[in-house]
Amino acid sequence: MTMTKPKEVTDAQFEAEVLKSETPVLVDFWAPWCGPCRMVAPLVEELADEYGPKMKFVKVNTDESFNTAASYGIRSIPTLIVFKGGQPVGQIIGFRPKNDLKRVIDQALAS
Amino acid sequence: MDEDYDIVIVGGGPAGLAAGLYGARARRRTVLLEKGVIGGQISLSERVENYPGVEAIGGFDLAQTMLRQAENSGLETHYKAVLGLEQTDDLWRVKTNDGDYRAKAVIITSGADYNRLDVPGEERLTGRGVSYCATCDAPFFAGQEVAVVGGGDSALDEGMFAARHVAKVHLVHRREELRASRILQERVFADPKFEFVWNTVITEVLGEEQVAGVRLLHLPTREERVLPVAGVFVFIGHHPNTTYLRSLVSMDEGGHIVVNEWMETDAPGLFAAGDARQNSARQVVTAAGDGATAAVAAERYISDRFPVE
Repeated sequence: MTMTKPKEVTDAQFEAEVLKSETPVLVDFWAPWCGPCRMVAPLVEELADEYGPKMKFVKVNTDESFNTAASYGIRSIPTLIVFKGGQPVGQIIGFRPKNDLKRVIDQALAS
Repeated sequence: MDEDYDIVIVGGGPAGLAAGLYGARARRRTVLLEKGVIGGQISLSERVENYPGVEAIGGFDLAQTMLRQAENSGLETHYKAVLGLEQTDDLWRVKTNDGDYRAKAVIITSGADYNRLDVPGEERLTGRGVSYCATCDAPFFAGQEVAVVGGGDSALDEGMFAARHVAKVHLVHRREELRASRILQERVFADPKFEFVWNTVITEVLGEEQVAGVRLLHLPTREERVLPVAGVFVFIGHHPNTTYLRSLVSMDEGGHIVVNEWMETDAPGLFAAGDARQNSARQVVTAAGDGATAAVAAERYISDRFPVE
């Protein structure tokens, strides 16, 4: 399987890459010091492959892009948020197995 | 359809990973079932400095090394949640949220989970200001005030970590003195960022989308007040993850599984190791030792009970 590495998005790029995206976007809020974030990362890469062009996958480093993390009220990482039309439509806080992630993504896509 | 294994291990902390290493090296078909993060509690530790032979390592990295080592020896790892166990003839059936397993021996290494406050608002605001891991989440409260609940070593350890980031730590404890080791007590009493709220419990976590404060009850006077904080970090002990085994094996009042020195429970072919068992020292190294012991005992049990003709 080819691993799609989700693109790293900064505060400055967030609007263009996420809020104005035509396709729904899953944003993985993470930081290098966070153990469970490193468990989530490979799952997000697998999901990026499985969902293909239906969905865009990006990462936000909360240490570097503090404003974006703060404006979405991130208080714990890993947090995954699904954006559709610029609006958050689904959220997962903490490490969860891949099937749980898929369920939240599918619900968000169908909403 | 059930999947057949010699050994099924329930839980991927140090006890389970060590059991998996030994089971796989004994050339027994061994699978480890994990519902969340490999490493269990240690995956959240910033640093482990008391695992002999390893001077200092991040908890997550230690767990990943253990996993790689066991998988290289032949351990299989499946990410599933175990719902219950059932004995059928000589075999154990392990029921999960995604299919069942049949095993000659089962090693329970499901560890312990942190206690919750069990007050209104707590669950709704978890991840939105309520946290059970300061080393994970404290950086998000930079310059703000937080409450840390508990009086033991972890409350003080995590509280001191939080204090590096936040403006003030209100240490809320239901007694008048701390239970933590003296050296930690000396450090927090000397730390100007700590305020102590004695004889007090939290009765509610307040806030809509985010934690805005906590309602406090001062036990001697029964007086209530609201403490405005942006975060609540809870460290009030642990309980073993063993409810799914009730009525199958003997446990103590706290739900810890009773075992002998070979990690054998009173059910044949069922072993328990690490924080889930009674009288565990609750250390990474003792959990790993337990796991190895349990796997050696399970191997012996399988050889005796299921001789190759």
